[in-house]
Amino acid sequence: MPTSAGSTADSTVPGDGASGHDDAHPSYLSASKGVASWLFTVDHKRIGVMYLVCVLSFFLVGGLLALAFRLELSTAAPDLFTASTYNRLFTLHGAIMVFLVLVPSIPATLGNFVLPLMLGAKDVAFPRLNLLSFHIYVLGALFLIYTLVSGGVETGWTFYAPYSSTTDSSVVSALLGAFILGFSSILTGLNFIVTIHKMRAPGLTWRKLPLFVWAAYATSMIQVLATPVIAITLFLLVFERTMGIGIFDPALGGDPVLFQHFFWFYSHPVVYVMILPAFGVMSETITINSRKHIFGYNAIAASSIAIAGLGFMVWGHHMFVSGQSELAGTIFSLITFAVAVPTAIKVFSWVATMYKGSIQLNTVMLYSLSFLFIFSIGGLTGLFLGTLAIDVHMHDTYFVVAHFHYVMMGGTLIGFITGLHHWWPKMTGRMFPELPGKIGCALVFLGFNLTFFPQFVAGARGMPRRYHEYAPEFQIWQFWSTVGSFVLAAGLFLIAGYLLWSLKRGARAPRNPWHGMSLEWQTESPPIEHNFDHQVICTHGPYDFEEIDYSKA
Amino acid sequence: MTAAAILPLLASIPAHASDAFPLTPRWWLPESASTFSDDVDTTFAFIYWVDVAFFLMIVAAILYFAFAYRRRKEGQRTSPVRGNHALEFAWSFIPSLFLIAFFVMGFRTYMDMQIPPADSMDIRVTGQKWNWSFEYPKQGITLSSADGLVVPANTPVRLTITSVDVLHSFFIPAFRTKKDAVPNRYTSEWFEAKHPGDYHIFCAEYCGDDHSRMTSTVHVLEPAAFTAWVADHKAASASMSPAERGQNLFKTQGCAACHSVDGTRLVGPSLKGKYGVEEQLTDGTTVTVDDNYIRESLESPGAKIVAGFAPQMPPYQGRLKDDEISALIDFIKSLNEEE
Repeated sequence: MPTSAGSTADSTVPGDGASGHDDAHPSYLSASKGVASWLFTVDHKRIGVMYLVCVLSFFLVGGLLALAFRLELSTAAPDLFTASTYNRLFTLHGAIMVFLVLVPSIPATLGNFVLPLMLGAKDVAFPRLNLLSFHIYVLGALFLIYTLVSGGVETGWTFYAPYSSTTDSSVVSALLGAFILGFSSILTGLNFIVTIHKMRAPGLTWRKLPLFVWAAYATSMIQVLATPVIAITLFLLVFERTMGIGIFDPALGGDPVLFQHFFWFYSHPVVYVMILPAFGVMSETITINSRKHIFGYNAIAASSIAIAGLGFMVWGHHMFVSGQSELAGTIFSLITFAVAVPTAIKVFSWVATMYKGSIQLNTVMLYSLSFLFIFSIGGLTGLFLGTLAIDVHMHDTYFVVAHFHYVMMGGTLIGFITGLHHWWPKMTGRMFPELPGKIGCALVFLGFNLTFFPQFVAGARGMPRRYHEYAPEFQIWQFWSTVGSFVLAAGLFLIAGYLLWSLKRGARAPRNPWHGMSLEWQTESPPIEHNFDHQVICTHGPYDFEEIDYSKA
Repeated sequence: MTAAAILPLLASIPAHASDAFPLTPRWWLPESASTFSDDVDTTFAFIYWVDVAFFLMIVAAILYFAFAYRRRKEGQRTSPVRGNHALEFAWSFIPSLFLIAFFVMGFRTYMDMQIPPADSMDIRVTGQKWNWSFEYPKQGITLSSADGLVVPANTPVRLTITSVDVLHSFFIPAFRTKKDAVPNRYTSEWFEAKHPGDYHIFCAEYCGDDHSRMTSTVHVLEPAAFTAWVADHKAASASMSPAERGQNLFKTQGCAACHSVDGTRLVGPSLKGKYGVEEQLTDGTTVTVDDNYIRESLESPGAKIVAGFAPQMPPYQGRLKDDEISALIDFIKSLNEEE
């Protein structure tokens, strides 16, 4: 039986009742007042909340853009938009979702908020750097907003040269925006690495770290090592456009395939920046709602690191038909299959964690199971794309579009929504209502699969991506995809509605509504400004739940 | 399945299956019309059924556990199990064997797809916003997207692909083949069509406004019909007037993608009734559309841009011979006479 930690042991019993803030220890939300107290705060919790507001706002913008072009795609003929407008819609959807939503989604919002709490720390290692990274994010976002209002950009979020070096849309501001956002990502990663190394509470050894922290650690490594490559690549493209220095444009003596190598050297690892934190969320939510120790702690922690490492060596699988050599293609295909192994280990371990548990099918657990279902499809369909002969056919079709939405939206964003619900009581001090939560989860699950599963079939049958109009035989798949996108949107709006409602009217959250054992549940909900009113000492692992029956060991 | 069972299975997969694996989920794929498309489909089918099996096992386990171990009362006791090395080894090792099988199958077919037979018929494919041109060096024929790619059945055809502007990608779903068209570089793909028929050609690499209209059709003919088509086509070309030759070039060189001949405004100005007319330029000056202006606009299109249009046209210097430029001028002149 694990014992609770700290000097005020009686207040840290799991499941302890209402939070009590007193005047000496106000919550981080009421510790200071005014707009400036937020914009210039160095409190990781407030920075996390500001990131959350920004990320969710841009998620709304990116989602509305998607609904607009889903309407256009519901019939084979061009009806609502010109090709030029359509191209701007999908480009901005992709750029906003990748750079402003998915990359910062879990690390910068939930990570910023709960990582120091999980470590029993007062803040991240470099609080001012943390604020700087948020300010840089806002600056980068302003560049993308400027791009949006100054006529948009129609290169695709991939900015492939020489299209991007020759078209006359607002490419430079979009590139600079992504360039600036990269620094925000690097600084957050650096901060987390140092925080995890130096700020752990006494007793919190590496083998006792919650797996969310391990995932954040692997993610941060990728952010620090890969982001500089995209930053310099985008900057080279700006040089090419503004000064005519030939790097990627063949008309200036450059090489467009070089751009693809540079681009995917970052953009493949960044897929793991998006998905690894979602894996971390799953390791927390599945254990806590099954009341079981995670199955295979070492394997899950190590597989995060393995995925982060192998992820750097597979970028060429985006380029099997680019004219890259057959030898390179073969090697990239082989390494790509190697990444599948640690990913499979994680999925099997989460499922095995449920074995002989005490499973509560609440909103958070339903989202976790949805994640397992959807991410499994995303991962298994990746096997077709890693296979050389099949990728030649599938490359740049809707099969790829469906695959990466199953991974990036079904994986990362559902992981994000899961984590948001899981830590919502801690962040806001309020409970969200369960019934609307479950209905929202069902709508998101059905809407998501209806939106993206038909796209697998359309793509396998030969429909290329980024098509404004298309051959009529694909219309049936595209039509149902559009129907699904509106079901998905209805689910997301419902979630937004009850979460906002709960801010004022939700039941007061206790310290530890889910009876968790990791350290963030040992402080008030919402936490006090300095997180803990005493030095936390960690005496037990994050998954040592009191229901576990050691007599059967 | 163990290694001992999989390795003989791999060895037994023929490099050229005569037909796709019988359990291929047909509704997932377009018609299979080239010699290697059945091999691709067999690989697809194998991965598909392995994926379906793994997925069903995962979902069955989730549903069973969620039901069997649902919380019946608060404080329900749970198992202290934290892992099982034998199980963890098994679920790493067994999938690895399948992954190796996928890789090997994909690799073998890919190599077949990459290496054209030595006796292949050559066709040059040039991508341009937004036209494919097909040049038959042996036959002396050039076709455009609107004409389609005409090839004989049961004959290996090697395409040498390039682009004059941005990236494109030449995709024939029924043949399961695709390769990017890269400016200043040659890439290639090959196929052997199994039987006569018409199949989609798509541009699969995003290339701007009319990307989704950069489509064409492969017309596969019986070899004898192909020979007859070549003879007919050459006879028709030989008897053309200069203006008719110009009209043909106008299509095959991709001009028609941006310039209409009926007054419709596309990316570039329509050429209907433009010969001899005075045009306002972006720098405020004017120019008369005469032979010299047309020649200059072909060779260095950015020199004098008509007001209201963006400089987007690729230069044709070195791509058109003198008599071809003259034929195009004659064609543009002929657009006045039709009024």
